[in-house]
Amino acid sequence: MTLMNQLIVMPILLPLLTAALMLLLGEKHRPLKRRLNLFSSVLGLAIATTLLFWVRDQGQAESIGVYLPGNWPAPFGIALVLDHLSALMLVLTGIIAVCALLFARARWDSAGASFHALFQIQLMGLYGAFLTADLFNLFVFFEVLLAASYGLLLHGSGRARVKAGLHYIAINLFASTLFLIGAAMLYGVTGTLSMADLALKIPLVPEADRGLLHAGAAILAMAFLVKAGIWPLNFWLVPAYSSASAPVAALFAIMTKVGFYAVLRLWTLLFSSQAGASAFFGSQWLIYAGLITLAIAAFSILAAQRLERMAALSILVSAGTLMAAIGFGQPVLTGGALFYLVSSSLALCALFLLAELIERSRSANEVPLDDDDGMPPPLESLHPPKGINLDDEQKAVIGQVIPWTMAFLGLGFIACALLIIGMPPLSGFIGKLSLISALFNPLGLGVATAEPLSAAGWTLVALLVLSGLASLIAMGRVGIQRFWKPEERPSPVLRRYECLPIVILLGLCLALSVKAEPLLRYTQDTAASLQTPDSYIEAVLGTRPVPGPASRDTEVQP
Amino acid sequence: MEEVIAIAIGVLAASGVWLILRPRTFQVIMGLCLLSYGVNLFIFSMGSLFIGKEPIIKDGVPQDLLNYTDPLPQALVLTAIVISFAMTALFLVVMLASRGLTGTDHVDGRERDE
Repeated sequence: MTLMNQLIVMPILLPLLTAALMLLLGEKHRPLKRRLNLFSSVLGLAIATTLLFWVRDQGQAESIGVYLPGNWPAPFGIALVLDHLSALMLVLTGIIAVCALLFARARWDSAGASFHALFQIQLMGLYGAFLTADLFNLFVFFEVLLAASYGLLLHGSGRARVKAGLHYIAINLFASTLFLIGAAMLYGVTGTLSMADLALKIPLVPEADRGLLHAGAAILAMAFLVKAGIWPLNFWLVPAYSSASAPVAALFAIMTKVGFYAVLRLWTLLFSSQAGASAFFGSQWLIYAGLITLAIAAFSILAAQRLERMAALSILVSAGTLMAAIGFGQPVLTGGALFYLVSSSLALCALFLLAELIERSRSANEVPLDDDDGMPPPLESLHPPKGINLDDEQKAVIGQVIPWTMAFLGLGFIACALLIIGMPPLSGFIGKLSLISALFNPLGLGVATAEPLSAAGWTLVALLVLSGLASLIAMGRVGIQRFWKPEERPSPVLRRYECLPIVILLGLCLALSVKAEPLLRYTQDTAASLQTPDSYIEAVLGTRPVPGPASRDTEVQP
Repeated sequence: MEEVIAIAIGVLAASGVWLILRPRTFQVIMGLCLLSYGVNLFIFSMGSLFIGKEPIIKDGVPQDLLNYTDPLPQALVLTAIVISFAMTALFLVVMLASRGLTGTDHVDGRERDE
């Protein structure tokens, strides 16, 4: 077992220890906790990046790292597995965590108790969910991240948060019971909970039990689809995300991706092309559920007035796109979807942070944090009030300097909008382009395909374009109202720590659009390795426990 | 025995679902409790139900599943019980906060006719 294999467990242990330390520190020592939290998050990101490069530099076959936390061989004990997909998700989580934390340093972390400890526990749950290779362990990490997210969602308190939190907790507790039912049914049919072992056992399930197996898998998938925000299981998402405090909402941008990750991981493992009679079970359901989510979210974005609400709906748009794209089960398309996932997560995280800054200039009394949007303001308010003459002769506007804060917010907003709409030159365009291109060329560019694009494929292409259009209209309208409205308003005060994460996130997106190729190649490798789960299964089941000092001579009795 | 367990799980789950759909927070929390009891029993029964089998290893009995009950569902149930208990406690706190902030125990934070 090499040093790298040992490093796999670090993303889980590090936040756990940090959180424990912070609980010991108590409510005092806030500056110390801030520094500690930031240090730990940055260290976690560094570890995740190291793991990512390690996975990438290995060959395709050995690129899977396995760590046995209990030192028991795989089907009996829990295994942590690091492959292309988990490494990518780890790095994405790390980046978003550091940015959300930097933002929280400025203001938000003092709005309630135990923010830093909850933040670290949330990170532990996220990292754990991305690393584990055991179904029940996945449940435990889901509960860890949910428990922390309940606390974080309520951070800052207030009526809207408590109300949204109540619904959020209820629906997630219900989803957890579904998770348990599904996992128990899979265990009852196959007799194992290790994902790799499940993948081996599923082709061998007798015909009489196959219905039960599919029912179990479908119930399990419901639990993940609730988290992924798939219609009609996503009504909790918009109120919860739009009422959460900004850094928390930014961190939650990765939460729906956990549900997506779990579906992708389990579906490609359990119902791969080698699964016999169960191959690609549920593929149509994923495609159509994704398409409906995408259509409804794009439609509702047109009606949204508040920027936080639009950001939450954009999360649903990206969730629907991703789910529909992986449902096709084509590696090139999945690769494109993963690129889109990275780009859209970064953009949405930045948008949640920006939204808070933009809306801050409107006073809190004027806009109550309620999820019911009021009537849209009449367009007359866009006209200048009487008494101000803006015509060419009088030149009233000349010489008015745009304050740098407004310029920063405006430029950031434009960048976010471009990313979410999917317009060039930013990486959102590359993501959508690679999706559409993969739909038309499922075998890669230049290789002619025998069969034309299916109806579902055409629908996805059309919806991708239309959802971009809907976002364009909505973003354009909000931008005009927030930035061009000729009304006196104090320019918001921005702190350094509030601008820094937005600059980092948007800079990363810019870097992604200039240097898209390495990531695109990486996601294509990821999709290819997801397509053939053999290497994953072999790596997990082939890992032997480390012999202890006492049992060197005698064989370990499992 | 299977019938009794199945009916018990069914009654618990049905009452749980009915209660979750009710408008009062207390009913919702009771529903979630009942539902988690039903699920715990369900996990337990997924390890197959037996009468009179050894739960822990005993000298002289061959160590296979023919002579012992499946230990894994018991471990899973234990974890599930702990987690659902903790989550219910947390939910209770949020419920009280909601009651304090809104002055009503309706799940939407306001009565329907308001």
